[in-house]
Amino acid sequence: MADYLSNTANQQEVMLKELGFKSLEDLYSNLPQDLILQRPLNLELGQSEFKVLDTLKELASKNKVYKTILRGAGVEHHYIPSVVKQLSNREEFVSAYTPYQSELSQGILQSIFEYQSSMCEITGMDVCNASVYDGATAAAEAIQMVIEKNKRKILVPKNIHPQVVHVMKTYTQWLNIEIVDVECKEGIVDIDDLKSKLNDQCAALFIQHPNYFGCLEDVQDLAQLTHSSGAKLVQYTNPMTLGYLKSPRANGVDVAIGEAQPLGISMSYGGPFLGFMSASADLVRRLPGRIAGQTVDENGKRAFALTLQAREQHIRREKASSSICSNQALMALTASMYLASVGPSGLKEVAEYSMRKAHYFANELVKLGFKLKYNSPFFHEFVTVGPIENSVIERTLDEINVLSGLGLSSHETLWCCTETTKKEDIDRVISRLKEVLS
Amino acid sequence: MSQLIFERSVPFRRAVRFDACDVPEVGLDEKYVRQSKARLPEVSEVDIVRHYMELSRYSFGVDNGFYPLGSCTMKYNPKLNEFTASLEGFTSIHPDQSLSTVSGTLELMDNLSISLSEITGMDAFTLQPAAGAHGEFTGLLLIRAYHNARNDNKRTKVIVPDSSHGTNPASASMAGYTVVSVPSNEMGGVDVEALKAVLNDEIAALMLTNPNTLGLFDPNICEISKLVHDIGGLLYYDGANLNAIMGTARPGDMGFDVVHLNLHKTFSTPHGGGGPGSGPVGVKSCLVPYLPHGTLIKETYGYRYIDERDTLSIGRMRSYYGNFLVNVRAYTYILSLGSDGLKAASQNAVLNANYMMNALKDTFPVAYPQTCMHEFVVSLADLKKETGISAKDICKALLDYQMHPPTMYFPLIVHEALMIEPTETESKESMDYFIQVLKDLKQLAYDDPQKILNAPYTTPVKRVDDVQAARNPILKFQHK
Repeated sequence: MADYLSNTANQQEVMLKELGFKSLEDLYSNLPQDLILQRPLNLELGQSEFKVLDTLKELASKNKVYKTILRGAGVEHHYIPSVVKQLSNREEFVSAYTPYQSELSQGILQSIFEYQSSMCEITGMDVCNASVYDGATAAAEAIQMVIEKNKRKILVPKNIHPQVVHVMKTYTQWLNIEIVDVECKEGIVDIDDLKSKLNDQCAALFIQHPNYFGCLEDVQDLAQLTHSSGAKLVQYTNPMTLGYLKSPRANGVDVAIGEAQPLGISMSYGGPFLGFMSASADLVRRLPGRIAGQTVDENGKRAFALTLQAREQHIRREKASSSICSNQALMALTASMYLASVGPSGLKEVAEYSMRKAHYFANELVKLGFKLKYNSPFFHEFVTVGPIENSVIERTLDEINVLSGLGLSSHETLWCCTETTKKEDIDRVISRLKEVLS
Repeated sequence: MSQLIFERSVPFRRAVRFDACDVPEVGLDEKYVRQSKARLPEVSEVDIVRHYMELSRYSFGVDNGFYPLGSCTMKYNPKLNEFTASLEGFTSIHPDQSLSTVSGTLELMDNLSISLSEITGMDAFTLQPAAGAHGEFTGLLLIRAYHNARNDNKRTKVIVPDSSHGTNPASASMAGYTVVSVPSNEMGGVDVEALKAVLNDEIAALMLTNPNTLGLFDPNICEISKLVHDIGGLLYYDGANLNAIMGTARPGDMGFDVVHLNLHKTFSTPHGGGGPGSGPVGVKSCLVPYLPHGTLIKETYGYRYIDERDTLSIGRMRSYYGNFLVNVRAYTYILSLGSDGLKAASQNAVLNANYMMNALKDTFPVAYPQTCMHEFVVSLADLKKETGISAKDICKALLDYQMHPPTMYFPLIVHEALMIEPTETESKESMDYFIQVLKDLKQLAYDDPQKILNAPYTTPVKRVDDVQAARNPILKFQHK
């Protein structure tokens, strides 16, 4: 019923007549006629806005929105300031195309430049691209930044998000690149196993820090070890944690990538998210995707433009290292707004509070008889081994409108706290679990 | 231009504040901890609002004006879609929630997949790919897995026409294929003889956009499809131009085995200044066993996602299940338009393009002057020769008229190309205005070319120096 057409039936007729056509169907008379569909599409007829909204509301209401969320594993429930929600919906941003016409798109170009600047600040890196699809594809694309003709191995510890590793493998399956597992000990990279696998055929070690289990790696040691064998260190990271944790660059990391969903982007059942990619200056020409740069206009006035496009598919075609074209620009704008709205102190608080809540919660669980699976220091996520099965925990907490941690095996649970996790909610969860245990 | 947000920064100024933390401190070893705060902007909420309002004024979306950007299908983005995508039941669900708690989402994704299958004539869809190029890469991996499963390992080449989008050859390379380029014929279609010359048992697939990037429907499509299938290759459909044919013709009926769609083009979801998009991939039944992890399938007992149990799958293309909120918008659009509205949308996209082409054909030579589909290409080569004014100059002059210029210098096979795609949502009046402006600019090119060379006049900056941007890259704010 809605078609969003502007031209009236009368106008359509006038235009058709001018062109010498009798009907809209005539416009397709050049097509092989046996390809013309002789029936209507087997879909319902168009509906009014009122009816469509009703249907969509009904579907949305069939999903359970939890009051308290203790599940993370790469997708986190953080507070999104109203100013971010409101401004990121501005139509000038939302309905714009990629800013290829620089003079008409200075606002969007500047917003990308500012996003790149903020991400470089928190990672400590020199350069950052305008975004890729998500954290997992950022990791997969990063392989092309570090791989060399005679170095075809990528070392990947077993404590990286399994979906991230999986996407890395999918992307490289036909490119003669070997993904080599590295063992873990107490939840962090097993240095002895790493040493036994590092050699001059390794292009890079990928680590996640804080890792999938929430544990903290000794990044500086890993950087020294990796560099001494001529390989690069790539850190997959949650940028929210960098408000509190040492930046990848300060630890000697060469490429910092990850999922920036925690920076003001809703969970949205997994997308749209924001893959970020940053690196040291020497790798800039190997960064995939769009990059905004500062330059001047004819009068010498500061201006912005997409730059270093000789890397990209529309110029290099089959010689480009990536085919990415559309990215996640609006999510990058959102993350940039988020970082400005919380500022350096706010980002530190979000990270620190998330960590403190997780530690408080972990302590309370231990008092109940849960064990921490790993002895290593952790940040805002941790794994417990429970006296009761995961399925029981999940069902029990579901009854009090809490999404429990993610089950990793029958008795192991990966928990996540953020600044939004209230002490009273943790206490509520603990007392409910206590009832089940007694 | 505006100040950077970093230049508005004042130490200790702050927008959002949090409640004091109600649990004890944690003593983390110093070696893990950042020694100084990141130098992020320190601004108030008012600062942020004024800053981004200013940036929004210096941006231009389809909500600001006519956007006839060829190949990009900049149709109007309905507000209803934005509203449905903001419903809490969609935005506040975790992708690792158990399936029983997200039945609305599953139903929506299933319905969307079924609708897209019907519109394109395919058997199944995966909603996982995040954008068009991501869909291409997915589709090529599917093709590779298909040949591989049949121990047909000689097929290492993919054919793309010289008029194709750059993403096609780049995606083929990512899948480890060698790219073979075929020329276009004088009608802008695939040169069938040239195609025959490169077809052999090393060809895995042909990638095609139909209507092609010149806005022309390839009349030989059935023959092309037969030729490729006869040598054991598969046909890949780049859905960038589907907006021409919804409800009238279907890629599946033309013989295509894999298609990707751009929901941010054909299905009205906004481009967001570059993304997020969504690039679902549809397949014929022979490719279903290879669909990526995270693809929703319906079994007799209910829904599940493709995972490790499906050993033939190409694997996982990204985290979770795609750009879900983009898919919510596209589904809203399909429900709103329905079978009748989708068909009318495509018909009107074609009508508008032909109306503009007809009105402009005496002003600028049309590269291929037959009835076009949803877009057409004009060449400004003569104008350049006679006046020195290039396609780029005309585009820069258009910026002063509150309209976005057409795509320029694409496809590569037309000199001084302007590729014009009005879409169905534009009115005759806005097209008439654009046509008049182009005619006036042509006249101006002869009368006073310097006036065009000095354009634009009304934008916040004059022509931007791209060469300096690349030669001396400044890619982040330089702190003093």
